[in-house]
Amino acid sequence: MNTEVTDLTLTKAVRALRVGDITSQELTLACLERIERLNSILHAFLYVNRQGALEQAVVADQHLQAWRNSSPGNRETLPALLGVPIAVKDVLAVQGMPCTAGSRILEGFIPPFNATTVDHLLAAGVIIVGKTNTDEFAMGSSTENSAYGVTHNPWDTNRVPGGSSGGSAAAVTARMVPVALGSDTGGSVRQPASFCGITGLKPTYGRTSRYGLIAYGSSLDTVGALGRTAEDVATLFTLMAGRDKRDATSVDLPVPKIELNGQGKNTTGSLANLRVGVPQEFFVAGIQPEVEKAVREAVRVLESLGAQVKTIHLPHTEYALPVYYLIAPAEASANLARFDGIRYGPRAQTDGQEAGQNTLRMWDVFRKTRGARFGAEAKRRIMLGTYALSAGYYDAFYGQAQKVRTLIKQDFENAFQKVDVIAAPVAPTTAFRIGEHNDDPLAMYLEDIFTLTANLAGVPGLAFPVGFDKQGLPIGMQLMGPHFQEQLLFQTAHTYQQITDWHERKPRLD
Amino acid sequence: MTLSMEEVEHIAELARLELTDEEKSRYRQQLSAVLDYFARLQTVDTRHIPPTFSVGQLQPNLRPDQAQPGLSRQVLLSNAPQVEQGQFRVPPILEDITTDKHG
Repeated sequence: MNTEVTDLTLTKAVRALRVGDITSQELTLACLERIERLNSILHAFLYVNRQGALEQAVVADQHLQAWRNSSPGNRETLPALLGVPIAVKDVLAVQGMPCTAGSRILEGFIPPFNATTVDHLLAAGVIIVGKTNTDEFAMGSSTENSAYGVTHNPWDTNRVPGGSSGGSAAAVTARMVPVALGSDTGGSVRQPASFCGITGLKPTYGRTSRYGLIAYGSSLDTVGALGRTAEDVATLFTLMAGRDKRDATSVDLPVPKIELNGQGKNTTGSLANLRVGVPQEFFVAGIQPEVEKAVREAVRVLESLGAQVKTIHLPHTEYALPVYYLIAPAEASANLARFDGIRYGPRAQTDGQEAGQNTLRMWDVFRKTRGARFGAEAKRRIMLGTYALSAGYYDAFYGQAQKVRTLIKQDFENAFQKVDVIAAPVAPTTAFRIGEHNDDPLAMYLEDIFTLTANLAGVPGLAFPVGFDKQGLPIGMQLMGPHFQEQLLFQTAHTYQQITDWHERKPRLD
Repeated sequence: MTLSMEEVEHIAELARLELTDEEKSRYRQQLSAVLDYFARLQTVDTRHIPPTFSVGQLQPNLRPDQAQPGLSRQVLLSNAPQVEQGQFRVPPILEDITTDKHG
């Protein structure tokens, strides 16, 4: 029980596979069995690739065996993650596996290509065991907006896992996989990581390719990673990042190989030159007192490791919510225009009929297909975005939002003159109950108030657990850094995780 | 601010969304509440602030405009709801075509 292979972190699994302590088939089968046993409770996966994963594991084991048998002086370099099972959020294309984005408008869609981030990880030897649940088109903070049913939080199955990458977060937390891919447009990796007590990265905008990510808000979308330690997430991030000629916004900068110092417990003074800013605007009325307390305590831990802590200001934080919920829906209304029942996905009413009975005209097919197959939140955001972009309202809403976005970005630029990283809560509360925000979209949007600014400014953010509330629910903190400074975030969180054990706690599910 | 029912219907038409009467009245109420909350944006002085459209690099990384191999016709049609003679079959677009025998 204490030595189950599914408890291995990514780093430990890679090591165990190389030395031959475990085989990829053992690990993959253990993950699949855990998925099969727990998915009826958690509903983290929308699709499980059982047969394909086991076949790949056989090939990986042959490769590993041949490598071990070769003479140590003459060995090829093994793919970094050879034989490790991972999960992929169902908004990323994996060739041959259904991809729904949590929507009925993509029911039955099977992408004929891989997302670039997926391609990079497959080249690194991973085995994709399945696709994880998401709010429809990544629009949501709870996975309740998935057309295929809600995912449950492994710490309390009456509660949401966060969202939109809630399926990936629940899967990693429940030890169904060691790591998983997610996407973060307004907090969709960090908030579920926080609600589930794991570590999740939203990279700098442009650091990971968006090719093959089903587009939501194109100026905000990033592909991120979730795992149980900062070290695991760093490993996944470095392998999937980089310039992609298929994404014109991906950045032509080398991806640093992230070397994490501070292995073991000897961490005294290891953050000596780090300046940590705590933004006053993130500790507002409405924040759960236990969240504030845990985050402030975690900041004190960083201080005890030598960091200099100072209070800073991000004065335009209060405008982030309206700015985001104008820009993201505006971009979404354009991105979701492609779903019309013509080239992929089901088509309203004319499906399966004889050509001669095809009485609906084109515009009717668009209206009916979209009206019937988009869920309530997707329609709400399409309506909001269409309104914000429509004649007569563009300047007052979308135009004004883009200008205030500049002020939010400048807040971060000013802050990073004074500090190296910013430490803040991920969400104002711990995981809320399923159904708690039904029919109150604004209350749901307010769940995102602490995560939106990083997307609007394009800066990286790393969430990790820093405590639990009285009900036993995890509390997360996020570190935000200047563009392309992911390494600094990983190093800080890794150092913190050397002397704390919040990230090692495991929900009781058996 | 309260959206009128006509405005809701106009937006739905721009977005090509068929909504039920119940959806229209729900979105009317919800979008009005959201827009009310967003009114606080109007209080920010942005007269001298340029808009931010992208937080990435200023110049997009464009590849040379040269033809490259793509996916095959068969693969591209594999997800289509209706296919005819190696092409996407689309519904009729013009009124008068729908009334003839081809209908």
